[in-house]
Amino acid sequence: MENLTNYLLVSAVLFSIGTIGVLTRKNAIVVFMCIELMLNAVNLTFVALSRHLGNLDGQVFVFFIMTVAAAEAAVGLALFISFFNNRESIDIDDANLMKW
Amino acid sequence: MDISSVFFAIVTIVAVVSALLVVTCKNPINSALSLVLTFFCLATYYVMLDAPFMAAIQIIVYAGAIMVLIVFTIMLLNIRVDANKKSAHQLVLGSVTGVATLLLAGLLLTRGKLAEPVCNITTEMINQQGHTQLIGKVMFTEFLLPFEVTSILLLAAMVGAVILAKRKLS
Repeated sequence: MENLTNYLLVSAVLFSIGTIGVLTRKNAIVVFMCIELMLNAVNLTFVALSRHLGNLDGQVFVFFIMTVAAAEAAVGLALFISFFNNRESIDIDDANLMKW
Repeated sequence: MDISSVFFAIVTIVAVVSALLVVTCKNPINSALSLVLTFFCLATYYVMLDAPFMAAIQIIVYAGAIMVLIVFTIMLLNIRVDANKKSAHQLVLGSVTGVATLLLAGLLLTRGKLAEPVCNITTEMINQQGHTQLIGKVMFTEFLLPFEVTSILLLAAMVGAVILAKRKLS
């Protein structure tokens, strides 16, 4: 089996790439995909640590994270469609109604 | 260097490159396809970590259901390739934050101390009993209440998505 640190390092790299994507991209759907990437990086940490500790609780947590991600995808994409119907755009800069 | 390290390195390279493509691609469809590739790499990691059930639901739920939903939305909205109107300060600040996150994680990884294993679920035990069975045993005893709450969450998400996405009847 590979060293645990390698898995955690890969997970950290993926999480950072996801962070950069969330903060730099303007397209709301790409931002959403980067959030999914960050969630998956955390899932990898959970599974790797669960394997290291010899305890399955972490993997059950991954199961719940996936469920929440699925619910989030359904509601988030419905919001995008609703937003697009109102603004004819999916750019996050156009979501400025509550901007001061 | 044995074969598993080489395999780990290959999967890591593919995962990181496809994750970078998710962030850098101009066309959202290309980003989505790169994200599918990243999900497959993560499923490979789960198999290497003796978690075949997690790998299966990673493919079915993420690469299957969620990505189909995302690609469907991209095509439904027919989004144009976004015009190059990135602001420089956003790019700089985002990159700085991302690199800072990576450095913080690296610091915690090098300075931190690993906890000792608490239970003894070994590879032999997983191979003998089956990963799905072990997960199911934990989920339907210890985590029964969260499991039931999850079903309510999914119901609420389903109702919410229908209400939000339908056109206004005027």
